[in-house]
Amino acid sequence: MSLEVEARHRIGSFVIDAAFRSEGGVTALFGRSGSGKTSLINIIAGLLRPDAGRLLLDGDLIADSEKRLFTPIHRRRFGYVFQEARLFPHLSVRRNLAYGRWFANAGKSASEFAKVIEMLGIGDLLERRPSTLSGGERQRVAVGRALLAAPRLLLMDEPLAALDEARKAEILPYLERLRDETKVPIVYVSHSVAEVARLAERVVVVENGRVKASGTAAAILSRPADAIERRETGALIEGVVDSHDVGHRLTVLRAGECLIRIPHLVTAPGQRLRVYIAGRDVMLATTRPEGISALNVLQGTIVDLSRTQEGSVDVRVDCGGTIIVARITALSREALGLEPGKPVHAIIKTVALDY
Amino acid sequence: MDWMALSDAEWTAVRLSLRVATVAMLSSLPFALLAAMALARGRFWGKSVLNGLVHMPLILPPVVTGFVLLILFGRRGPIGAFLADNFGLVFSFRWTGAALACAVMGFPLMVRSIRLSIEAVDRKLEDAAATLGANPAWVFLTVTLPLILPGIVAGMILSFAKAMGEFGATITFVSNIPGETQTLSAAIYSFTQVPGGDAGAMRLAIISIVISMAALMLSESLAAAAARRTVAA
Repeated sequence: MSLEVEARHRIGSFVIDAAFRSEGGVTALFGRSGSGKTSLINIIAGLLRPDAGRLLLDGDLIADSEKRLFTPIHRRRFGYVFQEARLFPHLSVRRNLAYGRWFANAGKSASEFAKVIEMLGIGDLLERRPSTLSGGERQRVAVGRALLAAPRLLLMDEPLAALDEARKAEILPYLERLRDETKVPIVYVSHSVAEVARLAERVVVVENGRVKASGTAAAILSRPADAIERRETGALIEGVVDSHDVGHRLTVLRAGECLIRIPHLVTAPGQRLRVYIAGRDVMLATTRPEGISALNVLQGTIVDLSRTQEGSVDVRVDCGGTIIVARITALSREALGLEPGKPVHAIIKTVALDY
Repeated sequence: MDWMALSDAEWTAVRLSLRVATVAMLSSLPFALLAAMALARGRFWGKSVLNGLVHMPLILPPVVTGFVLLILFGRRGPIGAFLADNFGLVFSFRWTGAALACAVMGFPLMVRSIRLSIEAVDRKLEDAAATLGANPAWVFLTVTLPLILPGIVAGMILSFAKAMGEFGATITFVSNIPGETQTLSAAIYSFTQVPGGDAGAMRLAIISIVISMAALMLSESLAAAAARRTVAA
């Protein structure tokens, strides 16, 4: 799969001038609100016709302003999951789910239907009306509806933004399963570092309607200055789920030599998982702390320190091959005498890794 | 209750009114749907002119509307002559003329009701349907139409009720011929013009009130249903 997007569009005084490529998997369009991410994804969907631009999917020209080619929305077969679920209020959940299958000319089997229902855990909702569903349930039905239309590409515009924290934690695992179990490429719009870290393989950073940076999630998210507001600076940890602590509802993630405990039972043991640890959630100690509630105490050595900015310093610590970023005050740095090469313990509260 | 028994002539007037109102309602529906769609969604030059034209019968004295119909659709009027020569459709002094007058008088009510329901439809739902593969015609049939259906039905009922009570335009356009153009209202009027007609007028008035009231209440409950259904989820 390859997707090529080029678009120039003016909305009042705001100008979008962006181009990016994606090679399948999950590509995140990442940026703060008002950066033009939603306009860009609407251009891909065909809901917004750009002043000029080109769109290619797997070598098929979908739109090209120079050739005056514009495939209408309904012939693109791009699934779209909107911020609000946009379920049809006059149809039951089952008929909402079936809506797109019909147009997809679906010789799609009942087993495909059952598989999607099972994957999203919406089997019990089929006969209900959308107005009786919770926000999280609606969003899962919306994902199922888009998937069952057999899309060539799935577009998601901040599908979690309208949900509270608990609902986000409820849906993220379903989106991870979607990414891992279906072959549909996904373009995912988000302003949340944590979401992007967990879901995306590639990240395109959008700012003021332009692409500011693009690359693999690991590269972009650990190169803070380009992409991320200073407040959000941190480190992306890639690991494998080691085990579940069912009694305490914790997941143990193995990254290099470190074991990190994260909240909730997410994905099955053996699955790959990425988490983003913000620097402001990490403490440093020169001796191993005793009698502390934080579950993750990782031994490591300081790699380097950033220059002091607004009274705080970012310290990069190598914990058995995994780099963790800690943001501490300049005062703490002086008090502890932190220098490159010094052994320290990085302390991360498990609950700080909640979504 | 002897005085409640209707004479044959009175029954004829009731039946004629029901037929005129039904035909007026059904035949104006496609035009009202088009006009409502154009006014709610369209962006074209002369939209405010169209809006004014649609609402004219609501504001003009009914006699004026009837007179204009007489000029345009009369046997020698430009449209009336054309329709009579080419399609054999004659309006003047026929019950079809009464139906036309009632359709025109009820048209603004029907358009308003449908237009409001179209404007209440969340267009984002239509976008969602398009991303699922529905072309514009299917989007209209499977999303827009079901969502505005209560508004359409409410508009039809309003138009029907208006037609049942129409008097001025009808009597001006097609006169007051028993058995052909003498609708309920015209029959009541005739009764009030002759000595001893009070009982007949009262009987028909009661029938008229019952039909209108029932239509209005039905319309209200459908409008409430429309409000419930079009809330997007």
